Amino acid sequence: MTVKNASLPQKRREPLTDTQLLMTITICIFFAMYALAMLLLGGGFLRPQQIFDLLNDNAALIIVACGLTVVMIGGGIDISVGGVTSLVVMSCVLYLNNDGNMFVAMLLALGIGLAFGVVHGLLVSYLEIQPFIVTLAGMFFARGMTTILSVNPQKLAHEGLNALRAVKIEIPWLGYIAKNGNLIPGRIELGVLVALLCVVVVFLILKYTRLGRNFYALGGNQQSALMLGINVKRTRFMTFVISGLLSGIAGFVFMMHTGAGNATNAAGAEMNAIASSIIGGTLLTGGVGNIIGTFFGTLTLTTIKKIVVTSGLKDPWWQSITTGAMLLFFIVLQSVVLSNREKHNAKKKDSSAVKKG
Amino acid sequence: MPNETVLTMRGISKQFPGVRALNKVDFTLRKGEIHALMGENGAGKSTLIKVLTGVYGKDAGTIWIDGVEGEAHIHSPQDAQNAGIATVYQEITLCPNLTVAENMYIGRGEGLLVKRKDYEKKAGEILSTLNIPARPKQQLASCSLAVQQMVAIARAVDMNCKVLILDEPTSSLDDKEVQMLFSLMRDLKSRGVGIIFVTHFLEQVYEVCDRITVLRNGELVGEYVIEDLPQVQLVSLMMGKDLDELNNMSGFERKDKSAAEVTYEAENLSSEASKAFDFRIHKGEVNGFTGLLGSGRSESVRAIFGADKVTGGKVKMNGKSVHITKPYEAMKNGIGYLPEDRKRDGIVADLSVRENIILALQVMKGFFKPLSRADMEKFADEYISALSIKTASKDTLVGSLSGGNQQKVILARWLLTHPDYLILDEPTRGIDIGTKLEIQKLVLKLAEENVSVTFISSEIEEMLRTCSRLIVMRDRNIVGELTGDQLTQTQVMKTIAGGEAS
Repeated sequence: MTVKNASLPQKRREPLTDTQLLMTITICIFFAMYALAMLLLGGGFLRPQQIFDLLNDNAALIIVACGLTVVMIGGGIDISVGGVTSLVVMSCVLYLNNDGNMFVAMLLALGIGLAFGVVHGLLVSYLEIQPFIVTLAGMFFARGMTTILSVNPQKLAHEGLNALRAVKIEIPWLGYIAKNGNLIPGRIELGVLVALLCVVVVFLILKYTRLGRNFYALGGNQQSALMLGINVKRTRFMTFVISGLLSGIAGFVFMMHTGAGNATNAAGAEMNAIASSIIGGTLLTGGVGNIIGTFFGTLTLTTIKKIVVTSGLKDPWWQSITTGAMLLFFIVLQSVVLSNREKHNAKKKDSSAVKKG
Repeated sequence: MPNETVLTMRGISKQFPGVRALNKVDFTLRKGEIHALMGENGAGKSTLIKVLTGVYGKDAGTIWIDGVEGEAHIHSPQDAQNAGIATVYQEITLCPNLTVAENMYIGRGEGLLVKRKDYEKKAGEILSTLNIPARPKQQLASCSLAVQQMVAIARAVDMNCKVLILDEPTSSLDDKEVQMLFSLMRDLKSRGVGIIFVTHFLEQVYEVCDRITVLRNGELVGEYVIEDLPQVQLVSLMMGKDLDELNNMSGFERKDKSAAEVTYEAENLSSEASKAFDFRIHKGEVNGFTGLLGSGRSESVRAIFGADKVTGGKVKMNGKSVHITKPYEAMKNGIGYLPEDRKRDGIVADLSVRENIILALQVMKGFFKPLSRADMEKFADEYISALSIKTASKDTLVGSLSGGNQQKVILARWLLTHPDYLILDEPTRGIDIGTKLEIQKLVLKLAEENVSVTFISSEIEEMLRTCSRLIVMRDRNIVGELTGDQLTQTQVMKTIAGGEAS
């Protein structure tokens, strides 16, 4: 028996964990879908700029979705992210338009996000209130505050920041030749770099730090996590802090992209972020999920919207309908895959028991 | 070395509101021994374990642990872990979504980063030295329950625990898996770990344990070396022989009813929770299921009533073939069931006495034919006086009554449906002696009226007084049926213990 055990690890590759399996499915579907769009729709989808535009437009969403994924892995939910993002945008625009300093604005963004995260975390972890209710209150509060700050849209009039907004990374060899014969290089906004950085950092936290693994343990089974000696309250608190902080960063990135503050900024961002996380293989029940999956989940969600628009269905409700259908498709797929897996495991046990008995 | 003590508990007492859960209990664990902690429900086993693991604080007593200077103070599960006490519970307390190695190392150690490679290697070594068939990188959910339990034990071993508590670890394992667990336990024993084994499977105790400590009603009965304590004697120690002061069941006699018509007959009946069994009961007969806790006695009657999902078997009621898979179908066929857990399955605490009494009848009539208010009042009054239920009024909330009176309300509920066959699962648990006696008398009176009754109780005397036939169960199988002269305490205990009846 000992010999068999020792030789097993080398001979056999481990089957994917639930997290890896769901992430792989998402990535495959994304590439299949994109390839199909390239074949059938051609046009913009053949240019790399299409991907860059998706990233440029959705950098803030990617950041918000990262935070939400962390909360969901820990078994919670945070629906305040859109509201917080919007509050950050409005606060920063107003502050900057009053001759504010760019770096102080960044700190302001982080501070607002952190404050929301801390309050949510305290209420959920230490007072044990349902995260849905706590963050629902947070959402209303943030939306209300945004409107109090300004009912009217505010255009960003800060020279330094507008100059920063104009900075784009140009990649000539990924560009294309326009009709007039000019080469238009591939353009990436700075916000995308921030988003990618966030993805990498959260990925590292989840995969390699003690805290990150504790998030998974907490979402997997809270009672067990407690028995295994994990500080469950502090761990849950941290998920909300990370989510709040990322909402703050997302707000700043959002402002860089749009250059204006508006009471309806990032409307529905929380729902899009939840959808992205779920498409990316995060389970609402917690314990399963991956940031790379979420990244591709966001791309999948936004690509399908783009496909709908490009196919000529320009009315906004078509996007909603396809988003809904897509989400349903992924949830059904995930539950089928996971329940099959469970059955397979059970069968394996039965057959081994029969063999032994 | 074998007699070196690793854990000493002296004079441990614990009081809960209204209950003395532990009264000056002593417990001693030696290095490299497997020590069974035995006792029936409510004996105080789990309280003692919880005191030791820091879940409950103790009211009095001292604990010494090898390696800890002076008296050990354990206030939380974390303290217990640090003192070298590891516990593996019946339900798995690991995270199914993580890998085996992660489950062994998460929540331990210091530092910001996890040393994945490191602990995957260490986990592999421990798993293979302990012969546990799991791979470090495997997701825990893909292991069988037995292996998951072993991973929990491996975690405990890696933490260099001196005391390992196994709380009912075998209840969800099959025979083969139990054997795997036992060889692991023996292996640990040879490494000098002291193991406390809590189980209700007698045979398993005799297979692996060196010593037995028996508790009853929160008191220490004694500590025994396994060779000195035959199975029969263990059973009698656990059940206690303290004879009741109430042997005045005059006027009623057990009658052999085996000649009467059969009311209920089951062939190969099985449910999700019970193994297949045959069973029949005659008109006016009182029979009983007996056995230790966990022997399957409650599961069997739950299968008869359809309370657990029925998986197979043929059932006849009054000679006619019927189909019973749900409680409602059982009720329609004239079966009533008073559940074991009064608070969870029996009373609706927030409804009044009257509403609780008419509940079953109303269900049988269907909700679109409501009972009239006058009928309800009449029924309620009738049964409150017939069973002398002590309640302020029929509109008092049931939750505010005493346990015995709550039980009578549930009895009234079933009597009102005039069942042909009534199953009473532990009707006398936790109620005062006077009410116990009343309920016993009522059972015999029902039998006079040709109702068939199945009566289950943990107290053998009570069953011997009321039942004319006893079905004995052990480890989820029917192991005997006692009638007539065989209905003596010794014979019942011998049958429960089984094997060498000495």
